[in-house]
Amino acid sequence: MGQGLTENFWRKLHSLSGVIPVGVFLTFHLLLNYSATWGEASYNAASSFMMNLPFKIVLELFVIFIPLIFHAVYGVYIALKSKNNVNRYHFFRNWSFFFQRLTGFIAFFFIVWHVWETRVQVAFGAEASFSMMHDIVSNPISLILYIIGIVSAVYHFTNGLWTFLITWGITVSPQSQKIFQYISIGAFILLSFVGVRAIFAFV
Amino acid sequence: MEAKKSIRLLITRQNDLHSPSYEEEFLVPYRPNMNIISALMEIRKNPVNAKGEKTTAVVWESVCLEEVCGSCSMIINGKPRQACSTLIDKLEQPIRLEPLKTFPVIRDLMVDRERMFEALKQVRAWIPIDGTYDLGAGPRMPEKTRQWAYELSKCMTCGCCLEACPNVNQKSSFIGPAPLSQVRLFNTHPTGAMNKEERLAAIMGAGGITACGNSQNCVEVCPKGIPLTTSIAALNRETTLQSFRNFFGG
Repeated sequence: MGQGLTENFWRKLHSLSGVIPVGVFLTFHLLLNYSATWGEASYNAASSFMMNLPFKIVLELFVIFIPLIFHAVYGVYIALKSKNNVNRYHFFRNWSFFFQRLTGFIAFFFIVWHVWETRVQVAFGAEASFSMMHDIVSNPISLILYIIGIVSAVYHFTNGLWTFLITWGITVSPQSQKIFQYISIGAFILLSFVGVRAIFAFV
Repeated sequence: MEAKKSIRLLITRQNDLHSPSYEEEFLVPYRPNMNIISALMEIRKNPVNAKGEKTTAVVWESVCLEEVCGSCSMIINGKPRQACSTLIDKLEQPIRLEPLKTFPVIRDLMVDRERMFEALKQVRAWIPIDGTYDLGAGPRMPEKTRQWAYELSKCMTCGCCLEACPNVNQKSSFIGPAPLSQVRLFNTHPTGAMNKEERLAAIMGAGGITACGNSQNCVEVCPKGIPLTTSIAALNRETTLQSFRNFFGG
């Protein structure tokens, strides 16, 4: 009883995978993008370092794609099992619960589109560079969609960090949950700034 | 002479589980210090709706009338609460009464909370001490622990937390916050702790602890002020450690 691959195992793995590696990767990705604010050459140097890592395909597979696909597919299954009731219960946490699911769906579609436009095109022979992103976000609709996508992904990560701490039983007391709530809001503001500022640098 | 004041009640009614629900309005003569139950008793005395038509008396469930049995839960002006401890003088009119939506309706405001009692059985929310001979006194509980454990023992299985939880619904098998908090209560009891692993195992499966989505509505609506989200987080820690013990040993 309670042994082996229980729901407890899968759900906690799902929560963890959102932080490590997916959340860490997101943070790293946004920081790398920020180098675009220092100019085209800086960004190209940073991204070519990433492009030339040894065993890149293995790293991509195990650090990004497998955890990301697991988190996304299982997350959709979880989100579809809930019945939102923010119209009836207007508590802050209930809104966060609702936005966690909403931003999850937004991030899901955004990431599929983003990977198609960048990584898949690179696989087809395009060159990953500043000008590739410049071409994408010089279209104002794409730029707006990118901003929505980035802010949604950052919200989903920072709020997910707060729920991860509860799901794994780290923050138990209401006081610790409250303090980490502030930390999570702070992280949301900082990472959103980094992400949005960086995308404007490509315009 | 001052006009006689009356209370306006809008009640969602239903003849049985499979009948469609409908709304009926009632006007009940006002007295000071009434609660929802006493207003419903007025309707029972004189089952005539606001249009003056004779109708059937509204059915509800209540036992203790002092907010310890949990049976008179209903949705009052949009919030799940106890009809006995909800005072008419503190409510905005018209007062809307609806049955809890999480449970099957038996009739009108009376619902079947069987799933909660089934969940208590599933998580073994008791202390097994029955046997063929006297086991003697059990270990003592530290006073500090007793104080917070007492708060958890106030749970009356009223169902308000399940009603407010977005993850308790027909699509999900989540047992809800109340039975989880009972696992923490019985695992805290020094004799109950001897069967701790069984209760943890029961909540590590489908519909157990990890079906919680941290909306934390439960702790906001609990009429007894039980720290349900603290219980859930504490059990998250216990189940995490238990799963490590299960796999790595020790």
